[in-house]
Parts: sequence; C-alpha cells; structure tokens
Amino acid sequence: MNVFQEAAIVAGKDLRIEARSRVTMTQILPFGGVVLLLFAFALDQKKILRQVAPGLFWVCVLLAALLAVSRSFSIEQQNGARDGLRLSGLDGAAVFLGKAGAIGAELLVLELVLGIGVVVLYGIAPASIGVLLLTAVAATVSVAATGTLYGVLAAGLRVRETLVPLLLLPVVAPVLFGATRAFELALHLHPHSHASDAWPWVGMLSLFAVIYASAGTLAFGTLLEES
Amino acid sequence: MPLVVRLRSAVCLIDRFPALAGVDLDVEEGEVVLLSGPNGAGKTTLLRMLAGLLPMHSGSGEVFGCDLRSDRRGARRSLALVGHETFCYDDLSVRENLRFAARASGRPASASDAAIDRLGLAPIADVTHARLSAGQRRRLALAVAFAREPRLLLLDEPHAGLDSVGREVLDSIVEAAPNEGRTVLLASHELERARALSGREVVIAAGQAGGGVLEGPAAGSVPAPPSRETAGLA
Repeated sequence: MNVFQEAAIVAGKDLRIEARSRVTMTQILPFGGVVLLLFAFALDQKKILRQVAPGLFWVCVLLAALLAVSRSFSIEQQNGARDGLRLSGLDGAAVFLGKAGAIGAELLVLELVLGIGVVVLYGIAPASIGVLLLTAVAATVSVAATGTLYGVLAAGLRVRETLVPLLLLPVVAPVLFGATRAFELALHLHPHSHASDAWPWVGMLSLFAVIYASAGTLAFGTLLEES
Repeated sequence: MPLVVRLRSAVCLIDRFPALAGVDLDVEEGEVVLLSGPNGAGKTTLLRMLAGLLPMHSGSGEVFGCDLRSDRRGARRSLALVGHETFCYDDLSVRENLRFAARASGRPASASDAAIDRLGLAPIADVTHARLSAGQRRRLALAVAFAREPRLLLLDEPHAGLDSVGREVLDSIVEAAPNEGRTVLLASHELERARALSGREVVIAAGQAGGGVLEGPAAGSVPAPPSRETAGLA
C-alpha cells in the first residue's frame, strides 16, 4: 500500500465514526449556526453585518475546527485506539493525511452550511464562486493540517482541550486574515474592489496550505510516537 | 530455529524508574513462552517494549531482525499485542473494527472475516464496541490481533475476563500457534493453565532497581520468583 491508500483507510475510519456518532451534525454544525445567529442579533444592522460577514464566517469556521480537531483525537483515546494505530504499522504521514483529510471534509461541509446561513441571515449575494471555492479549499487545508499537527502534540495531555486553541489560533491567524480578505474582495464588499484582486490572497493561502501540510506530513509520525 | 526476539541488557524507564533493568531474552520461531512473575515485575512493560509502544532506553533488542530503537515500525509489521485494552473504537461495530485493523496492517478484508469465525464473534459482528460486555471485548481484542495475521503474538493476561468458552478458544489458538508458524509470548498469573500451553517459562523478577529474567522449564516444577541475586542483578 502506498501512503495515499493508507491515508484513505484512516480517513474512511474517522468519517465512518463521525457518520455513526453524528457529533459533527448534532454539535459542530449547530454550534457554527448559533455563533452566526448570535452575531446577527448582536450587530443587528444589515450594512454592518454585510461588511463583517467574511470575518464572522471564518471565525465560526475556526471555532468549529477546534471542536473537530478535539473530537478527532478524543476518539483515539478510547480503549487504547491510539496504541492500536501505532501497532498497525501505518506510516505516520498516512495517519496525518488521513486525519487531516477527514477534518477537512467535515469543515468543508460546515462551510457550505454556514455559507448558506450567511446568505440568508446577512443578505449577502454569492459572487465569484471560483475564487470563493479556491479560498475555502486552501484555507481549510491549512486549518485542518495545523489542527491535526497540534492535535497529536497535545493528545496525550490532560489539558488537551485548552492547549489546542492556545497553540492553534495564533498559527492560523494569517489564514483567517487572508481568507477574510479574499472573501471580501470576491464578494465586492469594498467600493471599487474587483474579484481579481483576491488572487494574491488565494496564492498566499495556497502557500500556507502547502507549508502546513508538508510540515505535518514530515513531523506527525515522530509526534505520534513520542507525545 | 531463527530468533524472533533477541534482547540484550534491555532497559526501559518509566518516569525515570527502571521498569526493566538489563533484560536478556531469546525467543525462537514457533516457541510458546510464558512470562511469569509478581505484579509490577515488568511483564507488561516487556511486552509493550517488544511491541514498540515503549522505548528501549539502553541495551539492544531486535524483533524479526528489526532494531527496537531505530525500526519500531518494521518490528510491528509482523506482531500483534493483546493488552489490557481492545485498541478499538466505540462507535464502530465488531466487523468494522476488525476490518480497519486488517486493512491498516496491510491484510485483506477477508482476514477480519476469518478472525470473526475463529473467535466465534459472528452473532455480535454488527454490534458496536460500546455495547459489548467485558468478556466480549476481550474476545474482540484477540480477534483484532488475529486479523493482523501476526507471526509473533504478544498476550498480556489474555485469560482475564474470558468465560470458559472464550478460554478454550484462546487455548486452542495458542496450542495451534507453532503449527501455524506463530511465536507466542504469554504473560499470565494463571500459571497452571498457562504452563500447560507453554514450552518454556521465563520468570521476571521484580526489584527496587528493576527486574531481570531467569529461565526455566514450563512443564516441570518452576521455582518461586527469584530474588534479584538469583537473577544475577545485584
């Protein structure tokens, strides 16, 4: 088996567990929806909501990502499953790609639902779909890769739930910034802005995605063994 | 017979305490070796170190020729450990857990079906792990090891929690192991039953500074766990 086939086995297992336990459906998705709704009530002005919508969207995604990462590693704490993963002889890079892939897939579903929420609640008309999609994919890969890397680092610790946000949020702050700017430009939320102005931000996000995914692929195996 | 396990002066520290201090051990292919000794002697530590789940801090050790310090992943490819936990996921069924164990170890999905048949798990194959009783979980732990088609089976108190039928199934698996090309290291406190299954007994002695190994025949009379002096550790 090559590393991608092994990754598919790990991702399939994680997604099957999520489909069975429905934590994403019953906790993470409603959490994101509630955050969007709370902001809508708190700001209560369509004009302000439209302007801050991209930032709120990505803050929601990041907060939900923290839950998804925590969940992804809490299932490995059950019944010594983490030891089982190590005993299987799977390549550490494959485990990383599989777990990050599963988290990324869950986040993409979440983003789709939140996106619909933003359109409905904040009155934003979708535009430049290609830029939005590429931005979402690049940012999601970055967040999932970083979350998976810090997730395994904190997995064996009692303070896992509080440590992961502390480690993860500063590292993904540039992703939040870049994705928000790209969305603002793609959705023409600033006067005289063009969708084409978003491409440099998409490029920066893609670079982050490659760096974070590469770092995770290289470091995860050692962290899985030693942490 | 070629050596499956070779340890020389192996030391394993847990929280800086030497849980194993200078263990020498050779196990040949096809052997069934009983590890005995009092609680805290280091039996579980030894099995987990051989499985690559605990580091070897000094000394040398090989499993199937793979160095335990530099190639733990290589060593794991041919072994399975049945420990105190099942290594399974609560939300997956017995069949799904076994299928994942087989596929992750590079074995075909049919290996999981064979494990279900061998351990008599067919009636509960679609039950999730969370709903299994303690005894059923012990059987599943054995099946997970089996689904990996290991050449070295590390069994840590495998009889604990099993009913009489489960114990008979386990005994038949251990008895058949040499003919199936498997080597077994079995740690147990149920000495009478375990000695009947084993060809050789290795007594692990506990000591304040760590443990050591004294070898003796399994079928004959086995002396009480040796002192550190008799184990040559003083």
